[in-house]
Amino acid sequence: MTTNHLLLIENLHKSFDDNKVLNGISFHLDKGETKVIVGPSGTGKSTILNSINMLVRPDEGKIYLENIEITSSKNIHKIRQEIGFVFQDFGLFNHLTAKGNVMIGLTRVKKMKKKEAEEIAMFELERVGLSKFADHYPAQLSGGQKQRVGIARALAMQPKLILFDEPTSALDPELTGEVLNVMKKLAAEGMTMLIVSHEMGFARTVADEIIFMENGEIIEQGPPEKLFTNPDHERTKEFLLKFIDLYYEGV
Amino acid sequence: MSSLPYLLNGALVTIKLGIISMLLGFVVALPLAFGQVYGNRIIKKLVSVYERVVRSIPLLVILFLIFYGLPSLKIRLPEFTSAVLALGLRSAAYQSQIYRGAIQSVSGSQMKAALSLGMNRLTAFFYVILPQAVRIAIPPTGNEAAIVLKDTSVVYAIGVSELLRQGYYIITTHYEPMLIYLTVAFIYLILTVSINGLLSLFEKKFKIPGIGAEGGPNDY
Amino acid sequence: MNLLGIIAKDIEVIVKGMGDLVTIFLNSYPILFRGLMVTLLLTIASSIFGTIFGIFLSLGKIYGNKLVSRITTLFIALIQGTPLLVQLFVVYYGLPVYGINLSPVWAALISFIINSGAYQAEYLRGSIQSVSSGQLKAGLSIGMSKWQSIFFIILPQALRRVIPAWTNEFIYLLKYTSLAYIITAPELMGEAKIIASRNYEFFKTYLVVAFIYLIVVIIFTQIFNYLEKKFAIPGFEFER
Repeated sequence: MTTNHLLLIENLHKSFDDNKVLNGISFHLDKGETKVIVGPSGTGKSTILNSINMLVRPDEGKIYLENIEITSSKNIHKIRQEIGFVFQDFGLFNHLTAKGNVMIGLTRVKKMKKKEAEEIAMFELERVGLSKFADHYPAQLSGGQKQRVGIARALAMQPKLILFDEPTSALDPELTGEVLNVMKKLAAEGMTMLIVSHEMGFARTVADEIIFMENGEIIEQGPPEKLFTNPDHERTKEFLLKFIDLYYEGV
Repeated sequence: MSSLPYLLNGALVTIKLGIISMLLGFVVALPLAFGQVYGNRIIKKLVSVYERVVRSIPLLVILFLIFYGLPSLKIRLPEFTSAVLALGLRSAAYQSQIYRGAIQSVSGSQMKAALSLGMNRLTAFFYVILPQAVRIAIPPTGNEAAIVLKDTSVVYAIGVSELLRQGYYIITTHYEPMLIYLTVAFIYLILTVSINGLLSLFEKKFKIPGIGAEGGPNDY
Repeated sequence: MNLLGIIAKDIEVIVKGMGDLVTIFLNSYPILFRGLMVTLLLTIASSIFGTIFGIFLSLGKIYGNKLVSRITTLFIALIQGTPLLVQLFVVYYGLPVYGINLSPVWAALISFIINSGAYQAEYLRGSIQSVSSGQLKAGLSIGMSKWQSIFFIILPQALRRVIPAWTNEFIYLLKYTSLAYIITAPELMGEAKIIASRNYEFFKTYLVVAFIYLIVVIIFTQIFNYLEKKFAIPGFEFER
């Protein structure tokens, strides 16, 4: 199988017990692209991200990262190094400082020298605007700061792609901005990103394409302007309009 | 006052008993705890049966089973060994619960985050789960050590010449039971207080800033 | 075939061993039962009076004046920092020096009450302090005195929260009453020792005793679980 796409997903199926969460998902992502997956809660958006990192094993279907089939790979640890993951609950290691969190993947997985890892960590923390907080522990950081450390940790591994699983939904509203700004900056720098989010305003400005999902299926995908103004499906319209109202009320 | 050296000798035996039993408990408890967290259903069941049974039987019964009971199966163990086995095997049932709880209280999302960085499960366990679990386990392990130390007095019943037994010997010749037993009690008190002191020292040394009663500057 | 033979032999040995245990039990159950009654009496009496003693200790520690608070704190620390067996020896062998001669059962009972009281006081203190201080203020605001507020408002809430710790303490006591054997109280262990020294079956006799403790602990645990569920009050759910 050869593909020109960075990430290719074909006919993904997943059930938990009797509950069918993914029902034939297919889409692709090219280098430098940002796609945002939206849709009601419980429609399997996070399961897609978890499957790409093999944190959840799909029942059926194939996932390729640059021609390598992840779903049948024997060396999943190697592939995970090339895919960053930013968690809803931050997933920071509580016993390590911000710098330690960014370094641990470099020293323990990439076997980098401590000094080199430290330099990279400081560079990435600077990139998310947190170099001053390098020696703070997670419990000493605000939610927004924690999530920016989470992003720096993913960036440090120099991934080909970063997955964001509702990165702002555990944050107080006034703290989402700092995280979204970092993500906007990354998109502008050409990072490839797949984002699950409820931030419609953000999705509209940052995404190259929006994927609307419901009940384990992709209903519609396309450029934000089309989906927000002239979607093909009635359900897409209903869902997005609800959010647009919210969004403009906020403005 | 002439009896103090005898008591101190006994105290040394008590300390030795406490440390060796605690270590034996630790060595047995770790695999039990791993078995219960990461093992299959049969292993989990076996470990929990061991824990329940040992925790339901008085130390004195375990001690007598080993010291008076095993000889009828042609296994004859010296007093000290019997004492260490009884104290250690019993403590293992309590320690394994402590370690299991500590490992499980480090949330599953920590393992997930570690895997997402490309760590394998073993690396993730040693560098992410364990350092946090150890810190959680320090206070209850310290309490357990104090309990084991106090319970070493029970092996008086099979004649190990530990602190309480030494006190008894002195009383048989000097007859001053109140004074001697209060002195014995005082020595135990010093030992348990020292364990508590060590404990808070450890806790301070391994404390993660921002986690604890006082909370961090941006605690939420 | 050979393997089957070995397995059959093993099974035979185990079945015979089990049979021996049953025989020992059947030959001596009236004595074991008598011992068990003493064990249960010691456990139940000392946990009830220990609780009452513990309530006073904890109230003294939290609400008493400086002197009372100091004394109770010191007392609790002394009891918790020393082995139960040593406390038992102080009461049983030490008190006669002052002309106070107690029977083994009474000496055991008194030691267990004191010991259990100190532990329960600490559990209860934690529980009392988890009841918000606003509750005390609310009591004062409707015209109650301080001690009325403590007894009618704080304590009923604190006692409900302390139930899981209390049931644990009960099971601990049940096991530790076996120490009374060492000062020759005729509880379960004491009777077992007598039986074993007659039939010379030490291992099997103590196994029977171990089974009895195991069953009694399981029964009490089940009873407590049932009662906790039955008398659960919304807002006082126990974390287990």
